[in-house]
Amino acid sequence: MSKPKKYLEIGSSPHISSGASVEVIMRNVLIALSPVCVFAVYSFGTAAGLVLATATISCIATEHVLCKVTGQPSSIGDWSAAITGLLYGLTLPPDLPLWMVVVGAVFAIAVGKFLFGGLGSNAFNPALVGRAFIQAAFPQPMTHWALPLGDTRFVDLPGSTLAWPFAQPAYDAVTTATPLAEMKFDSIQAANRELLFGLTSGSAGETCAVLVLLGGAYLVARNMMNWRIPISIFTAVAVITWMFNLYDPVLFPRPTFMLFSGGLMLGAVFMATDMVASPITNVGCWLYGFLIGVVVVVIRFWGALPEGVMYAILLANAVSPLIDRLVRPRVFGTGKGAR
Amino acid sequence: MLDMVRKDSFRHGVHPPEHKDETSHLAIRRFPFAPELVVPLSQHLGKPAVAVVREGQEVVRGQTIAEPDGFVSVAMHAPASGVVKRIALAPSISGTMVPSVYLQPYPASSQEAADGESCDAETATPDEIILAIQRAGVVGLGGAAFPTHVKLKAPEGKRLDTLIINGVECEPYLTTDHRVMLEQTADIFLGVRYLLRATGTTEAIIAVEANKPDAVRKLEENCPQDLPVSIRVCPVKYPQGAEKLVIKSLLGREIPSGGLPADVNAICINVATTAEIGRLLPRGRGIQERVITIGGPGVQRKGNYRIPIGTTVRFALEETGAAQNISRVFLGGPMMGAAVSNLDISITKGTSGITAFTTAETGEATGHKTVYPCIHCARCVEACPLFLNPSHLGLLAKNEEYVQMAEEYNLMDCFECGACSYVCPSHIPLVQYFRLAKKMVRRLSAPE
Repeated sequence: MSKPKKYLEIGSSPHISSGASVEVIMRNVLIALSPVCVFAVYSFGTAAGLVLATATISCIATEHVLCKVTGQPSSIGDWSAAITGLLYGLTLPPDLPLWMVVVGAVFAIAVGKFLFGGLGSNAFNPALVGRAFIQAAFPQPMTHWALPLGDTRFVDLPGSTLAWPFAQPAYDAVTTATPLAEMKFDSIQAANRELLFGLTSGSAGETCAVLVLLGGAYLVARNMMNWRIPISIFTAVAVITWMFNLYDPVLFPRPTFMLFSGGLMLGAVFMATDMVASPITNVGCWLYGFLIGVVVVVIRFWGALPEGVMYAILLANAVSPLIDRLVRPRVFGTGKGAR
Repeated sequence: MLDMVRKDSFRHGVHPPEHKDETSHLAIRRFPFAPELVVPLSQHLGKPAVAVVREGQEVVRGQTIAEPDGFVSVAMHAPASGVVKRIALAPSISGTMVPSVYLQPYPASSQEAADGESCDAETATPDEIILAIQRAGVVGLGGAAFPTHVKLKAPEGKRLDTLIINGVECEPYLTTDHRVMLEQTADIFLGVRYLLRATGTTEAIIAVEANKPDAVRKLEENCPQDLPVSIRVCPVKYPQGAEKLVIKSLLGREIPSGGLPADVNAICINVATTAEIGRLLPRGRGIQERVITIGGPGVQRKGNYRIPIGTTVRFALEETGAAQNISRVFLGGPMMGAAVSNLDISITKGTSGITAFTTAETGEATGHKTVYPCIHCARCVEACPLFLNPSHLGLLAKNEEYVQMAEEYNLMDCFECGACSYVCPSHIPLVQYFRLAKKMVRRLSAPE
């Protein structure tokens, strides 16, 4: 034989791997999110683009700095900070002052992710942690909604976008209410067509249900998302809403309105499915999804807020470890299967 | 999802690339004798055999060189005619040194082997067959190397009803069982005859994975009319060949956690082991050689070889032409095979193949994979054929919570098939963690 190399490598079996990797999964999530992002910019103009870019860059920068400060190798290469940033940006009102965007992004990574131990250890979806923080800190700007497809959206920036930190943002005159607020306070239900194709106001990435579903379908097809989570959320919301809608069609909206309005689609497809903060078993995922669906309906129908997807997911994230403790698959050769 | 409705398989599992067509068409060829053969006295689970030859003694191929020490032990036979140079320690796959017989074959040593006391399949009593199998040195050739005769005796109070002959061979690259089924068909059926008689079972099933249609056809065409044996085809899925899973797939019975096949009245014997029983017992011979696949990208003349026990990995690779850049060599297939740290270890009865990877496969050329934290993607949970939670076990292992792993999460059921590590996108060496954890648990629970 030709002489073998001087040394052999040893390692524990298996010696082959399926080729799956964290980077590949994260990159695919970015691909799935890209149509939603493009539409957000198309619909809300330069301001939305700035919000998304600011959110993403701030998240990546925060992660990089925190890694350096704590003496670890930088973990921005796994793309997870980029996803957190982008998801966080998509949940924000498109004319939110950029300095507030930065504050939430820093909070999302520092508190939502790093404090818990970084990638794989976050108990809550970091993007939603960031959003919850600025929702509490700046309630008014967070409920200020720009009109979609405004004429000057690529020419002018809303006065609020570049507001100085801690100054009262100057809002333009033209604002509107989200479909959920209209429903809650005026009992007006937007048409399905408007909700599906993004003709309403709302957070940057939540208005076009079709594109969100498209991204979700892509991830499911590539086996990178547990479809049981969104499906169970949709089922719970649709069934409960349908029953109440039968009881009183004026007070309670139709199921399709509930499904396609607000952040339900974006939340169910991209936020609730955060692998780290959701249960690991399929049965657990069904329970987790149903829980989110129920809480969303309860908050939307009887809560003070028009929207409840964020709180529903954060609550379910908190319950997720408990679900994993309770729901365990029957191990081969134990229980009723063994004889 | 189809797995759930399929009765003839098990749930979960993975589909690694098979690489079997590289060697499955290559007929078994004889391997030359190495200048020195090193036969370890402990090639099986249980007590090592006791050498019955002296240094300097001449031996004939097939002669017994070590006798079994107790019931859970088997005999060893001279792989070649030659001189015993010394009886001394030799390196083994586990990294420890084991007592071995160093044999120098004569330059013109014949491939013919000495016959012993014949054992007839029709007239011998079950106990005579069991003794003959022990004396022939037969162990599970699928890789576990557990003495076969021990399995044949059902534990007190247990009755065996079904004999399963395992020809699944789900490990990538390996095609030895495939070739044995094609080339030793008659031996297999004779072996089944012995085994049915020895175990008192009334029915035999030969399980073959669907990727070996020619073997299935050959077995079906040559099946003797009077033998209560059927051939069943299992879907291709790793680790279909594991004892627990092949029994589940064929009979729908689950071996209880920590139990044995006898607990579900079944016995599972590897197809090559069965063929060896059918080949050796009529002439009272012992195992002096076995069929292995030498393959993988690092080997130039891949193939299936009938190789003398005690041949070193180095000689085997020299004869088959190892590539310049081999970087990892393991005994068996890539899913469960153990990497060798030293090319001077011997091929034993439990070695089903030698697979050599080059720097291209091991990533040495492109940089090794980064290990990320677990992201709870649940792929390992979806892969584990025993429904364990490798993700959580991995976290516990990192925190050295070994007792909790065993008591709450069924760690000891894990048979290290590697499906979890194979699918892990974070490249966490889960199986390595579990091996260590199992060792620690055994150490902790061992009496002082």
